[in-house]
Amino acid sequence: MKLTPVLSANWDQKDLFTIDGYRRNGGYSAMKKALAMEPAAIISLIKESGLRGRGGAGFPTGLKWSFIPQGDGKPHYLVVNADESEPGTCKDMPLLLANPHVLIEGVIIASYAINSNQAFIYVRGEVVHVVRRLQQAVADAYAAGLLGKNIDGKGYDLDLVIHAGAGAYICGEETALLDSLEGFRGQPRLRPPFPAIAGLYACPTVINNVESIASVPAIINGGVAWFASMGTEKSKGFTLYSLSGHVKQPGQYEAPLGITLRELLELSGGVREGHTLKFWTPGGSSTPLFTAEHLDVPLDYEGVASAGSMLGTKALQIFDETTCIVRAVLRWSEFYQHESCGKCTPCREGTYWLVQILKDLEAGKGTEEDLDKLLDLCDNILGRAFCALGDGATSPITSSIKYFRSEYIAHLTAGQCPFDPVASTLFAGVNA
Amino acid sequence: MLLKEATSDQMDEIIARYPRSRSAIMPLLHLVQSIEGFVTPQGIELVASKLGLSTAEVSGVATFYTQYKRRPVGEYHVGVCTNTLCAVMGGDAIFAGLKEHLGIGNDERTSDGKVSLEHIECNAACDYAPLIMVNWEFFDNQTVESAKALVDSLRDGEPPAPSRGPDRLPTWKENSAVLAGLNDGHANEGVQAGPASLVGLEIANRQIPEIGEQR
Repeated sequence: MKLTPVLSANWDQKDLFTIDGYRRNGGYSAMKKALAMEPAAIISLIKESGLRGRGGAGFPTGLKWSFIPQGDGKPHYLVVNADESEPGTCKDMPLLLANPHVLIEGVIIASYAINSNQAFIYVRGEVVHVVRRLQQAVADAYAAGLLGKNIDGKGYDLDLVIHAGAGAYICGEETALLDSLEGFRGQPRLRPPFPAIAGLYACPTVINNVESIASVPAIINGGVAWFASMGTEKSKGFTLYSLSGHVKQPGQYEAPLGITLRELLELSGGVREGHTLKFWTPGGSSTPLFTAEHLDVPLDYEGVASAGSMLGTKALQIFDETTCIVRAVLRWSEFYQHESCGKCTPCREGTYWLVQILKDLEAGKGTEEDLDKLLDLCDNILGRAFCALGDGATSPITSSIKYFRSEYIAHLTAGQCPFDPVASTLFAGVNA
Repeated sequence: MLLKEATSDQMDEIIARYPRSRSAIMPLLHLVQSIEGFVTPQGIELVASKLGLSTAEVSGVATFYTQYKRRPVGEYHVGVCTNTLCAVMGGDAIFAGLKEHLGIGNDERTSDGKVSLEHIECNAACDYAPLIMVNWEFFDNQTVESAKALVDSLRDGEPPAPSRGPDRLPTWKENSAVLAGLNDGHANEGVQAGPASLVGLEIANRQIPEIGEQR
């Protein structure tokens, strides 16, 4: 399969992030087209295209837009989730650094489609240069008459606010993001009601990932048939796959949905020299781990799900045989413990105990019964909280015990971790 | 009160961007940090009075988010990613090396007030691992040695430019103002993309188009 750069097609142009650079490449032409259409026709077009959410859940984007009630007399809001924080996920930040205007163009089209006059981009606060690029792009769009009153002379008004977060993974969860944007601690809400009915300020709200919204201008310009010519039956189009870890060329690879890791590794030069693939995440640390036996799993929503994991954010973190699975899983577990917002007891308490047990296991101090205790704890966290953070915490644990139980036991037999951490570093043998 | 004089108009301007004033609480807390360096009790009081909230409500929000600091950080706040992938690729060694080199622990700062250290979670640059953030600007592909040289230059007052960021590394307070929503005019500086962001595109550009394939 071939790579298909669309979102990343012009990232090699040094001034792409400026409004002139973007316009030189046809920027804002899709907006002109869209503003001449009926809003309902745009929603139908996005529905027909088969675009699904690129933030992890894969919900059909056009369908989400169609849930917004029309003629209800309430303000509607579009909120872009740019709180990219899922471990391994690194696609939206380079997209926004290189091309913030494509997101703004998508925001205008999506807001017009759902009859919204106020949009927000909630961007994580730990990436100041991305915030800067977005602020400048918004200012330039206002100055060019692309935001504000009577956009492009078409009688449509839209205001857009760039809102910087302040360091909380949980705010990537859509209802926690809304609470955070309303000025509260970022804690998830119980659903229903869903944000389409009662979202920001209890008004109808669409929340979409950066990549989903940034894909909209290309679909408007390219058309449904073009978009659906890429991808698989139920997973249409192109997407950004992020390769990281023990590979020769980590980076962003834009390809049709359904490409396999084997193909991506062949294209990118493979695992680092002299080493072999041990385990990987298909879509961030919250998606159950895969191993070398999953190299040919089609990386689309259905393919990954039927192999027992989730496509997630397509964050392919690659680990070779030098990596200790227990160390890796412990570290992810510490992350979930740290980021659990504390609202739901199973997640707050459960992630704490997972870490305690894993620390002992990594030090070779536990017993084999601790593995069953871990699985039992996971059983009591999964599906028992308002949001999926706790579910995500169980993914690396249950999948690693499934594939690497013997490695956990090897820690117990040896009374310590049998791995040399230096061997797994990027600079192993260089200056270590 | 210095804080109040410095920020009152800016606070009003930020509040005016939102349909409901309480939504401005996060940028206002960033703004407090841009003047005070951290979220001070006076800052909490000012934000509370501006928004018509109690100080307890504002404190409740401020303490939820890790970027809001309860005590002073360095002029340059150094974050070393020690989430799994960066940790394995060298982040653990870098963090240990910096603690030893600076003689400080996690969440501490050097006695000259120049540098503070924190281990951070995944910062969305895994293809540039191991990653260090200074004042939330990217310093890509670090080693133990490069990290030590980096903090030395920060302490010497000669900060290098970030890998993907503005030409000059801003201070903690300057970057807090950007997070508050105040555009500092440096957006057009720095690269549009780092090398790892472009590898896929470069490989794609070398692929031979299939016959009849549309561009």
